[in-house]
Amino acid sequence: MLDWLMNRKQLLDLYYLDARAKLIDLAAFLDRLDRAEGEADFRLVAFHQALAEVQQSASARAERVLTALSDPTTEPIPMVTTKAACGAWPGKN
Amino acid sequence: MRYIEPHAHMVSRVTDDYQAMMLAGCAAVCEPAFWAGFDRSSAAGFHDYFCQLTEHEPRRAARFGLPHFCWLCINPKESEDVGLAREVIALIPKFLERGNVLGIGEIGLNKNSRNEMAVLEMHVDLAARYNQLILVHTPHLEDKHKGTRLILDVLRADSRIQPERCLIDHVEEHTVKLVLDRGFWGGMTLYPETKCTAARAVDMIEQFSGERLWMNSACDWGVSVPLAIPHAALELRRRGHNAAAIDRLIYQNPIRFLNQCPKFKLPDESR
Repeated sequence: MLDWLMNRKQLLDLYYLDARAKLIDLAAFLDRLDRAEGEADFRLVAFHQALAEVQQSASARAERVLTALSDPTTEPIPMVTTKAACGAWPGKN
Repeated sequence: MRYIEPHAHMVSRVTDDYQAMMLAGCAAVCEPAFWAGFDRSSAAGFHDYFCQLTEHEPRRAARFGLPHFCWLCINPKESEDVGLAREVIALIPKFLERGNVLGIGEIGLNKNSRNEMAVLEMHVDLAARYNQLILVHTPHLEDKHKGTRLILDVLRADSRIQPERCLIDHVEEHTVKLVLDRGFWGGMTLYPETKCTAARAVDMIEQFSGERLWMNSACDWGVSVPLAIPHAALELRRRGHNAAAIDRLIYQNPIRFLNQCPKFKLPDESR
């Protein structure tokens, strides 16, 4: 470990309030979805799966969240039907 | 502070951005060929775009004292039409001689389709035949991990390609190790929502030493921040990195990679 890296207390001082605000935003987002009517889609399912990765105690949470939201297949798709990405894999290509 | 902006789509920016970048210490800007936000209808449209990147935009940047370099290709977002891509790629060699062209980029994949793969292979072959540096765009969001693996497979399958002459851009936590472990350079793009925040970029620098990493704003016609690198430098400072380490990351690292192209010269070096 490099000696100039910040310790846990210093990192909490620097980022805690920001992370707290993001956590509350996240909770409010899920509450907002609960209050709304209609069906959700695959994005919410993927979101909850990714959220479970945050609560794992091991490190590399960011990597695991990104992987949980990624297309797990390995072969190129036959053809492009849209240019845009939506942030979660629909479950098929 | 001094820095290189290694990835910015300045044709989409206003002159205030040039002024702000200069005031913040930008020493050079590099502009990969990109999607215009709409599909160009012919190869002639790309010809005009390549003229813009090699003639007009360097002059516009020079009005603010900023050296401007570029990369040429047909962007992955327009690579589904292989016939058009073939026509556009045939235009590129005559532009490679121009003074501000650094190489082939930003090539890569967008939705990881078979046609995108075919056009990527055509670009890689072009770069190999003309001994050009390569700048690679990796896909967005859910397509990034798969696309990065496919791109690395294509590059590694071509024995003419030297990993240290390729930069794989838009890496995030789930792709950065794949890229660096295979000897390539990695670029971290500072888009708060869809790519990487400054804090996360610093995390990756601290975990992977930052020896073959650079940061860029990739500012374009969408929501993006032309001063993202100076903001990231501030984040590095807040995290305890000293001035020399910051200079290595945001100035010396891009120069180390870009100097592999003999045309990349900053004014002080060419005097």
